[in-house]
Amino acid sequence: MSDRRTELESAPWSGRVRRYDLIKEGVAAVVIVAIVVAALSTLFGSPDDKQVTFKQWAVAAPADFYATAVQELAGTSGTAGYGAPYNHASDGVNLGPLYLAKWLGVTHPVDTVNDFVITPLTTVANAAPVADALKQWQGSDAKTQSTWATNYDTALTKANQDASKVSAGNYGPVPALAGGLLTMAQAGSLDGALLSQGNYFQSDNTKQTLFLGDGSYFNDQSTASNLQGSTWGMMNETGRYPGQAWLWLYSFWYQIPPFNNGDNHPFGANADAWIMLIMGALSIGLICMPLIPGVRSLPYKIKIHRLIWKNYYQEENL
Amino acid sequence: MSADIEKEMWTSKLRKGWQKNLPIEKLLPDTQPAYVASWIYLFGVATLAALGVIVASGLVLSFEGASWYHYSSVGHFVNSMHFWSVQFFFIFMVVHLWGKFWMAAWRGRRLLTWITGALAFVGSIATAFTGYLIQTNFDSQWISYEAKDGFNSVGIGSRFNVTNFGQMILLHVAFLPVIIGVITLIHVLLVRAKGVVPPIDAFNNELGERK
Repeated sequence: MSDRRTELESAPWSGRVRRYDLIKEGVAAVVIVAIVVAALSTLFGSPDDKQVTFKQWAVAAPADFYATAVQELAGTSGTAGYGAPYNHASDGVNLGPLYLAKWLGVTHPVDTVNDFVITPLTTVANAAPVADALKQWQGSDAKTQSTWATNYDTALTKANQDASKVSAGNYGPVPALAGGLLTMAQAGSLDGALLSQGNYFQSDNTKQTLFLGDGSYFNDQSTASNLQGSTWGMMNETGRYPGQAWLWLYSFWYQIPPFNNGDNHPFGANADAWIMLIMGALSIGLICMPLIPGVRSLPYKIKIHRLIWKNYYQEENL
Repeated sequence: MSADIEKEMWTSKLRKGWQKNLPIEKLLPDTQPAYVASWIYLFGVATLAALGVIVASGLVLSFEGASWYHYSSVGHFVNSMHFWSVQFFFIFMVVHLWGKFWMAAWRGRRLLTWITGALAFVGSIATAFTGYLIQTNFDSQWISYEAKDGFNSVGIGSRFNVTNFGQMILLHVAFLPVIIGVITLIHVLLVRAKGVVPPIDAFNNELGERK
């Protein structure tokens, strides 16, 4: 681009002009947009599928809830093995040699045993078997607790999550604790207990959300609503409403190899990190587009601008 | 006050710079170049109009609280206004952005205008995202559960916790709107100060170039 052309293009326009009422145009735009938006709001409303509660989960899928509670005690749930920023259980995902989450540490500590099961149980008056189970658990060392919970988790998995078919074993108070938590959830007491953790003010739903996601019920609800990431769920919305369509490119990468195979190392297993990196780079590319050779030349090669300024070009015989 | 003393002052420098680059005639023009006569130009002002409806409906929602719209028909209507204006906001902004790309609108020392516009687009995605997180319904539960993995994967989750409702609602109604507002204001002022970019071939004759 010549300096002379840049000078001309940056100088105040000295050619033909037309009348232009900036304020009138702005007011008209606001009024028209407001009317159209109000009409759509009246006709279609907005999406509002009710939130999933622990009571709903425990009543609708008690076996799934019970098994998840056991997994939290045994340390085999998704959250228990997540790694940073919740715990030190694993290295988490990586970008080659970069373990960014791990390096930034555990900033939102989550102890699935105590935060999800034991502490909530201590906030209510439990029936004798549950109260006794709590005493037994709290009076035991960590190794014994782990042995009980792991034994029962393994046995329950073998029994396809049917507690009535679990063979006898060294499970300690684990069945009673899981049963107590199920009863508490079915009564509707667990939602508040998980959020408050014994406090009054609380606005961090991390523990509730993580526990909810460890079970199958929550995932099944999202699958039914077509919200799973593998089916473009990131840009979908519940019901027949438009979602975050502007996330189409972000969602796109999850649909294609090597990112759509969670077992495919290193990319599929670490897809979240790679896709975040790609989208970060593309965002910077968008912001800096006028500086990127080739891309910045496209408007000159693909002459869509001649359509945009068609009238002016005709009038000026350009 | 002597000219020397005035020269040293930040205030006088700002005033003189403002008067030089953005006099009131440029800020509130009553004429535009003849080439500003395409439907594509409507999408800039339409984006701002949608943003106005978003802010207005969002202010009402912020006074009534995040759960208001679940039990109030008026609340549901206002929430719907917020929802649909966001949809239009992005449609208008994307068309505006594509239009400016095909105009190569960064020409004539307008690089910063493009950069602020693109920043507003990226920032708006972040702002809308936090809005989806505070719907206090199933959708927001699922989005926060899924999105945490993306942010955690690169360490952002250590500070930006999408499952923390308190953090997300404050970012959505306070921090991010201020950022978007400032960027948008700078963008609009730059458009007014620099003027609307002329057609790509407008100066071919002066430069002796063929189209």
